[in-house]
Amino acid sequence: MASTATRVLAPVGTAGKLFAFGLDVGRALFRRPFQLREFLQQAWFIASVTIIPTALVAIPFGAVIALQVGGLIKQFGAQSFTGSASVLAVVQQAGPIATALLIAGAGGSAIAADLGARKIREELDAMMVLGIDPIQRLVVPRVLACMLVAFFLNGMVSVVGVSGGYVFNVMLQDGTPGSYLASFTALAQLPDLWVGLLKAIVFGFIAAIVACYKGMNAGGGPKGVGDAVNESVVITFLMLFVVNFVMSTIYLQVVPPKTG
Amino acid sequence: MGVEIKVDDLSKSFGKQLIWGDVSLTIPAGEICVMLGPSGTGKSVFLKTLIGLLKPDKGSILIEGTDIASCSEKELYEIRKLFGVLFQDGAMFGSMNLYDNVAFPLREHTKKSESEIRDIVMEKMDLVGLLGAEDKLPGEISGGMRKRAGLARALVLDPEIVLFDEPDSGLDPVRTSFLNQLIIDLNAQIDATFLIVTHDVNTARTVPDNIGLLYHRHLAMFGPREMLLSSEEPVVRQFLNAQRVGPIGMSEEKDADELEAEKGQELPPLPPIPLQQEPSNGIPRRSQREPGVWCRENGITPPPGSFQENMNMTIGS
Repeated sequence: MASTATRVLAPVGTAGKLFAFGLDVGRALFRRPFQLREFLQQAWFIASVTIIPTALVAIPFGAVIALQVGGLIKQFGAQSFTGSASVLAVVQQAGPIATALLIAGAGGSAIAADLGARKIREELDAMMVLGIDPIQRLVVPRVLACMLVAFFLNGMVSVVGVSGGYVFNVMLQDGTPGSYLASFTALAQLPDLWVGLLKAIVFGFIAAIVACYKGMNAGGGPKGVGDAVNESVVITFLMLFVVNFVMSTIYLQVVPPKTG
Repeated sequence: MGVEIKVDDLSKSFGKQLIWGDVSLTIPAGEICVMLGPSGTGKSVFLKTLIGLLKPDKGSILIEGTDIASCSEKELYEIRKLFGVLFQDGAMFGSMNLYDNVAFPLREHTKKSESEIRDIVMEKMDLVGLLGAEDKLPGEISGGMRKRAGLARALVLDPEIVLFDEPDSGLDPVRTSFLNQLIIDLNAQIDATFLIVTHDVNTARTVPDNIGLLYHRHLAMFGPREMLLSSEEPVVRQFLNAQRVGPIGMSEEKDADELEAEKGQELPPLPPIPLQQEPSNGIPRRSQREPGVWCRENGITPPPGSFQENMNMTIGS
C-alpha cells in the first residue's frame, strides 16, 4: 500500500523539486558577480542553433494560418479582416509557441546534455567543492540567455510569420495587399504584442529551468544523460501548452478585445 | 597547518538501504589517513558527506567549529574553501584547457592579477609534473595526467584539507607509486590534513599515518597504521593482507556454511609491517612517527621481519 502511495505521489515530489529549483534560480539571479561572459557565450550559442530552424518553421506556420483563417473568413464574407486575424494568431499564439518549441528542442536539449555530461563526470561536484555554486555560475546565465533569445526569436517569428501569411494570402487567395495591411490594426492592438513577448520570455524561462534541472539531476552514466535530455524536452512541451492556455485565458479575460 | 575533522555518530542511508551507520572518528590535523573498504561499502559516499555534497541522516562533522552536516548553504560554500578534492577521474572541466582549469578557482575566488595567477598555476603544474601540457584539453590526455591535473587544481587555493577519491584506480603500479610519493611529499610541504579513499592495499600499507576500514555498514576500525597492520581482528587482517579466508566474501559477507567450512583452516601468518614511505628529500614529515613506536608503546610484537629496508612487499602469499 505504502509503495503504491509513494509511486503515485512521486511526480508531485518531482514537480515540487522543480519548483524549488526555479525559486533557487530566481534568488541566484540577483546575486553578484554576474557571469557576463558565460551569458554572452550561451546566448550566442542558443541563438546560433535556433535562428534558422525557427525561421524555417515560421514561414509555413504563417502560411498555414493564412490559408486556414483566410478560407474560413471568406465563408463569412469578411475578407477584409484576413490580415488582422492572421496577425492576431501569429503574434499571440504561433509566435511564442514556435519560439518555445525550438528553444526547448534545440537550445534546451543542448543545455540538458551539457549539464548532464558535467554531472556524470563529477564536474558539478568539483565546482561545488571549489566553493562555486553551479546555479549561479552555470544555470543563471543559461536561463537569462534562453529568455533573451526567446524574446528576440519571438519578434522574428512574428515578422516572418506575418510576411509568410501576406505572401500566401495575396498570391494564393487573391487577397489584396492593401486590405491585408490595412486590417492589421482593425482587430489587433498593442497589448497583443506585449502578451506575445511576455509569453515568449516565460516560455524561454520554463524551457531553460526544466533543461537545467533535468541536466543537473541526471544520473546513472551516459544513458542517464540521454534520459535527462528526452525528459526535459517532453516536460517542457507539456508545460508550455498548459502555461500557454492559462496565460491566454487570463489575457482574454483581462484585456478587452478591440472592437472594429 | 592542517585542520582536524571530527566525525561523530554519522549515519547515511539511501532510501531504506543503510550505507553505513554510527561512524565516529577524528582525523588528526596534518596527518595522512586512508579510508579502506571493500568495493561498494560507501567509501566515496563517506568522502562526499565530508564535503557536504551529501547530507547525512544523523551525526555531525565538525571542522573549525562548523558542523558540515547542519550548517547553512552559505557557510558550506565558505568552509569548502578549506578543501581541495581530487575526484576519481580528476573531474576537469571539459571545455577548458588544463591551464584554465587550474586557474579557475583563483579567478573565481581571488582578485589576483593574471600574472600572479600564472605564477601560481605554473608552480602547481610543476609540482605535479605537468609543465608543458597547459594548453591541452582534458579529453586529450591520459587518465593519469588528468588525475595529476585534478590534483594541481585541488591544491591551487592552498587547502587545509585534501581529500583523494581513489587516486590509484586505473593507474599502473609505477604511476601509483609515483603518485603515492607525490602525496607524501605534498604532505611534508604543505602540512595539510590528507584523507585518501582507496581499496588499494599497497597504498594503505605504506603511505598513511592512520588507517580506517569501512565494512558491513560500519567503521570496523580506525587507528594508527601499525595498529591495523598488526591487528588480529578477522576483517581487518583479511582485508589488509588481501586474503580469501575471513568474513568478507565475493558478494558482501560470507554465509554461515562458508564460514563453517573455513573453520579448520589455519590463517596465514601476518606478513611483516613495511616501512612507511618517506618524503623524497629525506626530511621527515611533521606527523611522521618512528617505525615500531606504536607497537612498542602498546606492548605488541610486530610480525617477524617488520620495519626492514628493502623487504619483500608481496602480500597475501
